[in-house]
Amino acid sequence: MKQSLFEQRHKAEWDQFSLILGQLERGKGASRIGDFPQDYRRLCQHLALAQERGYSSFLIDSLQQLVLRGHQQLYRHRSRLGANVAGFILAGFPRLVREQWRFVLAAGLMFFGSLIGFALLVYLFPDLVYNLIPAEQVSELQSMYDPVAGHFGRTTERAASEDWVMFGYYIMHNIGIAFQTFASGLLLGLGSAFFLMFNGLMIGAVAGHLMHFGYGQTFWSFVIGHGAFELTAIALAGAAGLQLGWALIAPGRLPRAEALRLAAGKSVLLICGVMLFLLIAAFIEAYWSSTTAPAPMTKYLVGAALWALVTMYLLFAGRARHAPE
Amino acid sequence: MLYPPLDTRYQVETPEGIDLPLRPAGLMVRALAFAIDLGLRGLILGLLFMVLAFLGKLGVGLGSLLLFVVSWWYMVLFEVLNQGRSPGKQWMGLRVVQDDGTPVGWSASLLRNLLRFVDMLPFGYFLGAISCLQHPTFKRLGDLAAGTLVIYREQSLTRPQLPDAQPVRPAFDLTLSEQRAILGFAERQDELSKARILELASILAQPLQVDPPRAVTELNGMARALLGPA
Repeated sequence: MKQSLFEQRHKAEWDQFSLILGQLERGKGASRIGDFPQDYRRLCQHLALAQERGYSSFLIDSLQQLVLRGHQQLYRHRSRLGANVAGFILAGFPRLVREQWRFVLAAGLMFFGSLIGFALLVYLFPDLVYNLIPAEQVSELQSMYDPVAGHFGRTTERAASEDWVMFGYYIMHNIGIAFQTFASGLLLGLGSAFFLMFNGLMIGAVAGHLMHFGYGQTFWSFVIGHGAFELTAIALAGAAGLQLGWALIAPGRLPRAEALRLAAGKSVLLICGVMLFLLIAAFIEAYWSSTTAPAPMTKYLVGAALWALVTMYLLFAGRARHAPE
Repeated sequence: MLYPPLDTRYQVETPEGIDLPLRPAGLMVRALAFAIDLGLRGLILGLLFMVLAFLGKLGVGLGSLLLFVVSWWYMVLFEVLNQGRSPGKQWMGLRVVQDDGTPVGWSASLLRNLLRFVDMLPFGYFLGAISCLQHPTFKRLGDLAAGTLVIYREQSLTRPQLPDAQPVRPAFDLTLSEQRAILGFAERQDELSKARILELASILAQPLQVDPPRAVTELNGMARALLGPA
């Protein structure tokens, strides 16, 4: 069949298909959508015929464009995130954390190990803190948590608008750190390990230093509540990063690029959970941790309850056979 | 026998058995697109901060939220909601797709943009540029992990005018690629200079057993015959 005859016969079909594609691309529900897969496969057949019969480049290229656009409408990667948020929160995320327990354990040891270890060291040898944090910042910290001065150097409670300020700041700052900790895992896991230990050392230094000065009460009562979510989230972000790095170090039977792609698909889900944790943490930090009205004992109790909640959630949620899918 | 074209085309085979050629975009054009996005983000933030400055404390809180959204989510939101095109990419005629040519989704887009942090290390996109330059389809590290590809958007084609000629039946059987070459010669004639047309046609003057100026009309006639009556 000559090309011009072929074009004449099918031109109407192609124009119609292109019209429907345009509607789909603009996100409108097109009419006759039920026929779309059939029309698309017919178009594929036309393209194959055109190539086989050596028709001109113009025809083949324009058919190829139509097929590509159709391909992009017909085949899509179902995003596992948006599909069922509730299922992910109730079961998917804790399951994923348990599945990756090796990395979570390693990241947890690096982060909490360096935190607790350095806190003890600084508590016993107070001068060590100056190795890590400049002297001005240390004195700033001291005045911030001075029990006499009230919170953050203010005698009155913060106004609601200021809670809002801090909420924004915490989100920016903490999620930024979590993202960095995760992303730098691509450097064979070294980046994640660095950020985990670095943040652990910093927090440990501050904690040890303040305890040494006897400001432990103000510090711990402030930190314990949101720490449950925040510190866990940083450790989990590190675990996701380590997973990326490990895929490069020991890809198993897959090529490295492929192993990385698979590991990355899982770790990005972990990161979504981490973001959720950090949102909760920022909320608690801005609206609960900063209040000075409740007695420290109340704060410790609530903090302990939150830690228990996080632990229980990560260990037990989604274990039941018929857990919400 | 024609050799495969010497270019950077990337073939995706669809489940229907069709090979779709995609054209991956190189370092330079991507850097330009990124520069445009960077400038645009600076502009957005600058304007918003000016507005927020009037809101006092509330403005500061909102400002840091906005800074977070713009610095980490700007690319993701545009790529997922605007068919893989951030404003910079749209300007430069690029888009992001998955390795198999399908539109980029939330998790892939989030991943490639989070890992941008590593691509920027140790300064000015150094690792990203190295990875982009050595990869056959110009992927930076984030693209490698997310399984995504930055390609040139397809341009809409206009039907080429074939030169007028009397249809000529070829004296011998043409192979498929010869047929395509003759049709291509006719279709591209508007874009070529007279001298170049003559030069190309004279390559075939001997096999066609005519002198070079005649070869042009001969080839056009053959193309016309292959295409069939208009």
